[in-house]
Amino acid sequence: MDRDARMNRPFGLLAELTYRCPLACAYCSNPLELAAYNDEMSTAEWQRVFTEAAEMGVLQCHLSGGEPLLRRDLVDLVRTAAELGMYTNLVTSAIGLSRSRAEGLKEAGLDHVQVSVQADEPATSDRIAGIPSFERKLKAVGVVKDLGWPLTINVVLHRQNIDRIAEIIALVEELDADRVELANTQYYGWALRNRAALLPSREQLAGAEEIVRAARERLAGRMEVVHVLPDYYSQYPKPCMGGWAARQLTVAPNGDALPCPAAQTLPLPRASVREDSLERIWDDSPMFTAFRGTGWMKDPCRTCDRREIDFGGCRCQAFQLTGDAARTDPVCHLSPDHAIVAEVVEAANAGTRRDEEALVPRPHRG
Amino acid sequence: METSPVPNDGAAADAAAAAPRPTPPAIPPSGHPALSRHVRMRFDRTRERYVLLGPESVIVLNPTGADILGLCDGRRTVSDVAAELQMRYDRVVDDEVAAFLARLVAKRCVEIDDGP
Repeated sequence: MDRDARMNRPFGLLAELTYRCPLACAYCSNPLELAAYNDEMSTAEWQRVFTEAAEMGVLQCHLSGGEPLLRRDLVDLVRTAAELGMYTNLVTSAIGLSRSRAEGLKEAGLDHVQVSVQADEPATSDRIAGIPSFERKLKAVGVVKDLGWPLTINVVLHRQNIDRIAEIIALVEELDADRVELANTQYYGWALRNRAALLPSREQLAGAEEIVRAARERLAGRMEVVHVLPDYYSQYPKPCMGGWAARQLTVAPNGDALPCPAAQTLPLPRASVREDSLERIWDDSPMFTAFRGTGWMKDPCRTCDRREIDFGGCRCQAFQLTGDAARTDPVCHLSPDHAIVAEVVEAANAGTRRDEEALVPRPHRG
Repeated sequence: METSPVPNDGAAADAAAAAPRPTPPAIPPSGHPALSRHVRMRFDRTRERYVLLGPESVIVLNPTGADILGLCDGRRTVSDVAAELQMRYDRVVDDEVAAFLARLVAKRCVEIDDGP
């Protein structure tokens, strides 16, 4: 392998082990066609993927889903990833994280646990999650702390919980987390379907920002506070994935390899780890090469000073909103399609809007 | 002595870019630096560099950075680390060591015990 190829290898693998989930959050970014992913890869297949990933330079393995704890072989998968020297991160609802399960994962070498919390109190949390889960989550978080893991709490923010952000931060403090990710919903999968009910108003966002700023100052040195704003409100698009197929890759439950978890929506030929090696897929498959670098760009991105900063934004968002994945992310104020986003934002700020539109829950499985 | 942080996803990078850059913490010469409990340093054969692995971050170290962290064992002071490097490189490195450690303290990859 030449030096250029070596320096352009991915750092992280997002292993979406299953899309089955005990929760039914309406902001889920999993695909709408969950049934297409029921043929999950076997333990041996995942272990081969991890081995190939480590060999090509992947340093971090994020075990996610759906709910990864629904995989009975999770301990074995963690052990394989850890033995390969990868930093292992479990992204979980914590439903099913009993003490004995947790001890097994610890012994297998799991490095870090990220637990999702839907709100600061049971009624809202359980309503958003679709099942009684709040108390079980808190109990599991206690186990994570007991076993000495670094703990990140993930909170997806949206119209229906963002006004409680102060109380959410207080809860996270009480849980003694090392990091908290307060991330506004990204509109893919089920979240896109539920966008009208989820996108906060400008006023809500401003209020939240002030609270987060104060919390950051107060918690400096004790807890890292990551705050992700909704890109619909930003002037420029997010530098999605640090560039298409530049730093990360995702493998879906059925073995589909993707540059990001939402890329299965794009009209590109499938690439599957069941049919090809991860390295060949990364280097040569159209799924990974289609938007790598800047050669695919059209105006205004092609000549923009920011083309190496935000990489034209998100290809999946461009496709979802315009039908053409090679267009500028419509979030960008320079995009000729920006009106699409502006209209959605305007609707979220219209005084006549009902406060709580109904959410369409994602099903637990396909 | 540059570190290249590699954020794990675009969203986090976006947030980091939006956040005001905090003032780097002061590094006391008598403090004892060590890697944070949650961070691991290992050699990456693919990139032929030492890397720091932590929750949601990978930092690729240049050889000098790796040398500095290799000396941060919680027993040596910041001054000890700088003195040791000065011998190896035959030049004064105090400011570089302090600046490098300050960046990693800000990223919570290094902790400095200020006790005796």
